[in-house]
Amino acid sequence: MLYRETGQFKTSYKKDMAIFPIRQDRWALIATLIFVVVGVPLLATEHVIAGYLIPLLIWAIAAIGLNILTGYTGQLSLGHGAFMAVGAYSAYNLAARVPEIPIILVFLLAGLIAAIFGVLVGSPSLRIKGFYLAVATLAAQFFVEWVFATFPWFVGGAASMVIDTPKMTIFGYQITTTLDNYYLVLGFVVVGTLYAKNLVRSEIGRAWMAIRDMDVAAEVIGIRPLYTKLSAFAVSSFYGGVAGALYAFCYVKSVDFTAFDLFVSLKVLFMIIIGGMGSILGCFLGAAFIVVLPIILNEIAHLFAGQIPSAMLSNIEHMIFGGLIIFFLIVEPHGLARLWMTAKEKLRLWPFPH
Amino acid sequence: MPVELAFAIEVLIAGLLSGVMYSLVALGFVLIFKASGVFNFAQGAMVLFAALTFVRILEMGVNFWLAIAIALAVMILLAVIIERVMLRPLVAQPVIILFMATIGLNYFLEGLAQGIWDSQVHGLDIGIPDVPWMSILESTNILISLFDVWTAVICGVLVLFLAFFFQKGRIGRALRAVADDNQAAMSVGIPLQLIWAIVWAAAGMVALVAGAIWGQRLGVQFSISLVALKALPVLILGGFNSIAGAIIGGLIIGASEKLAEVYLGPIIGGGIESWAAYFIAMLFLIVRPQGLFGEKIIERV
Repeated sequence: MLYRETGQFKTSYKKDMAIFPIRQDRWALIATLIFVVVGVPLLATEHVIAGYLIPLLIWAIAAIGLNILTGYTGQLSLGHGAFMAVGAYSAYNLAARVPEIPIILVFLLAGLIAAIFGVLVGSPSLRIKGFYLAVATLAAQFFVEWVFATFPWFVGGAASMVIDTPKMTIFGYQITTTLDNYYLVLGFVVVGTLYAKNLVRSEIGRAWMAIRDMDVAAEVIGIRPLYTKLSAFAVSSFYGGVAGALYAFCYVKSVDFTAFDLFVSLKVLFMIIIGGMGSILGCFLGAAFIVVLPIILNEIAHLFAGQIPSAMLSNIEHMIFGGLIIFFLIVEPHGLARLWMTAKEKLRLWPFPH
Repeated sequence: MPVELAFAIEVLIAGLLSGVMYSLVALGFVLIFKASGVFNFAQGAMVLFAALTFVRILEMGVNFWLAIAIALAVMILLAVIIERVMLRPLVAQPVIILFMATIGLNYFLEGLAQGIWDSQVHGLDIGIPDVPWMSILESTNILISLFDVWTAVICGVLVLFLAFFFQKGRIGRALRAVADDNQAAMSVGIPLQLIWAIVWAAAGMVALVAGAIWGQRLGVQFSISLVALKALPVLILGGFNSIAGAIIGGLIIGASEKLAEVYLGPIIGGGIESWAAYFIAMLFLIVRPQGLFGEKIIERV
């Protein structure tokens, strides 16, 4: 009854093209925005914001990036952690070596550098496809890890290969508290999400999906495969780079190559599979699932601390995590976003069966 | 023989033989990919599981051959369970979903292996001494480990056995039919589920052999599951669906990796073995996108 488009007429092309055509969706979006801007700081403790919400939002940006590449363009990548690492290290070097650049510009430039790197990594994608490409992106992953682990220049010569990020200032205002960091990340998330949402329903987004569904057929109808694939790699690694930079600056507050290893790449891949491939909303649901699940498992494990040895607990956590992933894939292979869609469809008809 | 040349040959041979060890792990991937199109990310965890099971049974004082038989039985049981619980409900899903499921399986098996047994380092001695081959060392001044030679022999026997298994008899024909086309095989009455269980069991057996050999080298512990990552370049170089490719790919990767590490490593900072193999494989891929021995990819609209 509440969620229905009855009576909402589209009287112009502009209305027909609207990003959220149903009024209730717009309200829900505005309500969510108000909640995350005003409600969260009032309700959530600093621990929740710093420990759960900031990483969740950052992972969501990273997941949007990978979803554009894998979910929308169909190019399987196991190297998203490498793009994040390139973003984080670029941001650090820009901010530390050229302090005149405004910090927001630093993040965007870091994304740009990651995008250039992404295009380089993606350049064989015209010839190499499927799992062969996935393993090729692994090459980028290991290469980047090695570069940042070997050359101290990237961390300003620190012998430990780990370095704290410099302070951030926006228009003379210093980012210090958790809440400042939260708003900074939130700003990037809102802008990035809107941009991605519009991107995937524009000409380039449709070209990506055509390439995903069948690249030879797409080429036949006049889509340039090289340009389309490389643009997906560029946009994807731009998001990855920004996410990596935010991860280093706003979450862990240090640059460390071990934070972007292969398992980070797999983690982001999990997020988009669990959340839903080819869905922007799915990125958030998947990120929430993957960020929150280990925390819940950990909390439960704490209940048994003392009774079961800790090594055993971590093994059981591994097993439950792996088991849940398999379970999810069996029950809903199209991810949480599909569940959400189904629920919405049901709601539109409710209380009638058809 | 001049010392430099002897050293170069030594490095080359050591590389070729260590490549055989990569091939062993890559074989497990190839078997499963051939028969079901699944890229089994959990192969490394299977190696760990097999090796841990084997070493712990040995430590209980069980006879060597009996321990192998028990470990083999466990791996076959595991294959049947995986097929029943994970693969059967996921049949006809896109390959990426199956790939993700095997990553989940990877986490599960790592936890299970270390949960049932433990996460200590276990020494394993499978009765092959890791000593230089004396007669070669004396006559040509080249150091070759007997252990590596034995590994190559075991690997050769295993490959011959698998090739025989894939070529002859009802099961061999069925395996090739399934590898060629799942649906067509099913429609002529080949029991797909049984074939998948057999293939996963065969991959489990290969994992056991690889686990035992790597286990003696590195000790049986968690890091043994990471050798799977070393096998991936071998896999793309040789082609995902070629047993011969896994062997040749292993030899090429092993030799060039060792040579690169010894002669190129000092120039650009060392530790390059984590990615050198991937780069070599990529160079080959640019020329042949389906790997050296992979089936030609024919694309139709």
